[in-house]
Amino acid sequence: MKVLVPVKRVLDYNLKVRVKPDGSGVDLANLKMSINPFCEIAIEEAVRMREGGGGHAKDAAKEVIAVSIGPEQCQETIRNALAIGADRGILVKAEGEIEPLAVAKLLKAIIEAEKPDLVILGKQAIDDDNNATGQMLAALLDWPQATFASRIVLHGDKASVTREVDGGLQTIDVALPAIVTTDLRLNEPRYASLPNIMKAKKKPIDVKTPADLGVDVAPRLKVTKTAEPPKRQGGAKVKTAAELVGKLKEAGVF
Amino acid sequence: MAVLVVAEHNNAALKDATHKLITAAKAMGADVDVLVAGANAGAAAQAAARIAGVRKVLHADSATLAQQMAEPLEALITPLMAAYDAVLFPATTTGKNAAPRVAAKLDVMQVSGVIAVESADTFVRPIYAGNALISVHDTQAKKVLTVQATAFKPAGEGGSAAIETIAAPSGPFKSSFVSEEMAKSDRPELTAAKRVVSGGRALGSREEFHRVLDPLADKLGAAVGASRAAVDAGYAPNDYQVGQTGKVVAPELYVAIGISGAIQHLAGMKDSKVIVAINKDEDAPIFQIADIGLVADYKIAVPELMEELTKAGL
Ligand SMILES: Cc1cc2nc3c(=O)[nH]c(=O)nc-3n(C[C@H](O)[C@H](O)[C@H](O)COP(=O)(O)OP(=O)(O)OC[C@H]3O[C@@H](n4cnc5c(N)ncnc54)[C@H](O)[C@@H]3O)c2cc1C
Ligand SMILES: Nc1ncnc2c1ncn2[C@@H]1O[C@H](COP(=O)(O)O)[C@@H](O)[C@H]1O
Repeated sequence: MKVLVPVKRVLDYNLKVRVKPDGSGVDLANLKMSINPFCEIAIEEAVRMREGGGGHAKDAAKEVIAVSIGPEQCQETIRNALAIGADRGILVKAEGEIEPLAVAKLLKAIIEAEKPDLVILGKQAIDDDNNATGQMLAALLDWPQATFASRIVLHGDKASVTREVDGGLQTIDVALPAIVTTDLRLNEPRYASLPNIMKAKKKPIDVKTPADLGVDVAPRLKVTKTAEPPKRQGGAKVKTAAELVGKLKEAGVF
Repeated sequence: MAVLVVAEHNNAALKDATHKLITAAKAMGADVDVLVAGANAGAAAQAAARIAGVRKVLHADSATLAQQMAEPLEALITPLMAAYDAVLFPATTTGKNAAPRVAAKLDVMQVSGVIAVESADTFVRPIYAGNALISVHDTQAKKVLTVQATAFKPAGEGGSAAIETIAAPSGPFKSSFVSEEMAKSDRPELTAAKRVVSGGRALGSREEFHRVLDPLADKLGAAVGASRAAVDAGYAPNDYQVGQTGKVVAPELYVAIGISGAIQHLAGMKDSKVIVAINKDEDAPIFQIADIGLVADYKIAVPELMEELTKAGL
């Protein structure tokens, strides 16, 4: 089985973004960028399918390919995935905001050439918080989808996926090839070891452009304003539970 | 213009998120129809017809729609869009699962997690865990939105819309339902609750989490939530997670116990009306947004709080 994992380069999750004073966007200058945490979980799961582990048989996956779409620096994101254990990378070089619909179209073109049996994406990119790309890709390919996965069990030509849904957990079967998107509890990604980071430097990364893939990536939506959310002022601290209840009464809670 | 609102329901009953989406749809200045797609969901369809301002209810009923899975929902909704300018899905796991599938079939980019409707084609949504709000101008001929229901007031009752039965898609589909483990609780649902009590890593074990939070929640008539750390550690089930990548809540009262206040957690609760934090670290970031902060060990503070609430007649 061949597994393809799209990985997005995003602002590191520990950092807080600032809105530019003129409201034209957010200021990412000189801020640390990292692999989107949900994509890291996706790579970890794919690598376990190849190495054995996490309930997967060794060699359940024969090859794991990491794909990133964005500027040249996405090479680092792909190297990160290669250090976790992906076999090779594909970079689609594109500048500016690439919306999920365009990402899905680029991925579709790559998938038609690579013919993976399974594509694992993050459920959400923690910068744009869209939670859309995997579902869009499934629609474009006419593949089944299992989003928000906390467990994947492969058997033959299908996968049983347990999904984190609002009321609890749901398990569905999807016929392969299929799209899976990861939730937080699917696995805990490893720290890449130094030897694996070194090895990753020698793994191949193929570079393409949207034009090579025949996809128009012009944004469909126009962001007209970027604003700070209303600031919330912390209130006074109280010393006792009695005072706390007093304040709740004052605030009209009861 | 005409807008289709995809109802949130569990077949047996219509959920309040539907009423809130209708408010969002009305803000677009549109004729509003509601789609109830389910199995034996007739009562939910009738409830939708009673919401004020609804023009028509479309009701598709079939076993294939029992779990409202993405494939059949998409197959049902995409053709309906010939008659609509926009479709609004609730930003629930059901809505988030299906909406992008419809958007891609219509070749449109979706607007995710809308928290305000500025006009028929301009919407506000949070990015970066709510640390920035963007206004999005959507000029596409068909618009697909997921809507954060907690940001809108519910539409009232008093309507008497006609219910039109429509055919359900028959498949075959490449995904199939196997089983579910749904939490059973007598407490209010997290996203709809007027009060929420949430616990964090500090609670230390599943037993302690429930021992401390359940009685407090019961006393307050509150739902129980949790931080990611508490869910990851197995103290609470996954559907309790409040935050950027969990549920967004905006109750009248949110009580955070032993939660530090990471940005990812704040993203899910900072629009609560009154925020109370109990944390033994006076520098915990949660205090920067809490209206009422109590620096204390929860082991002492929560029993005292229970006592004071009893004294206050709760
Ligand atoms: C991709 C991604 C997505 C995420 N999504 C979410 C999300 O949706 N929701 C979410 O919540 N988090 C999310 N997180 C995790 C988030 O970054 C934090 O790690 C998490 O919120 C911390 O949980 P916590 O506050 O319970 O734990 P901690 O940060 O460990 O805080 C525990 C707090 O308890 C206090 N404490 C300890 N003992 C006591 C005591 N006896 N009495 C009183 N106070 C005590 C401590 O002072 C501390 O402030 C996400 C992270 C990532 C990377
Ligand atoms: N530019 C990108 N490059 C690679 N993968 C992406 C990109 N954008 C989105 N994805 C994938 O889609 C997932 C969901 O992103 P989103 O729909 O933007 O929230 C991410 O976790 C990635 O797996």
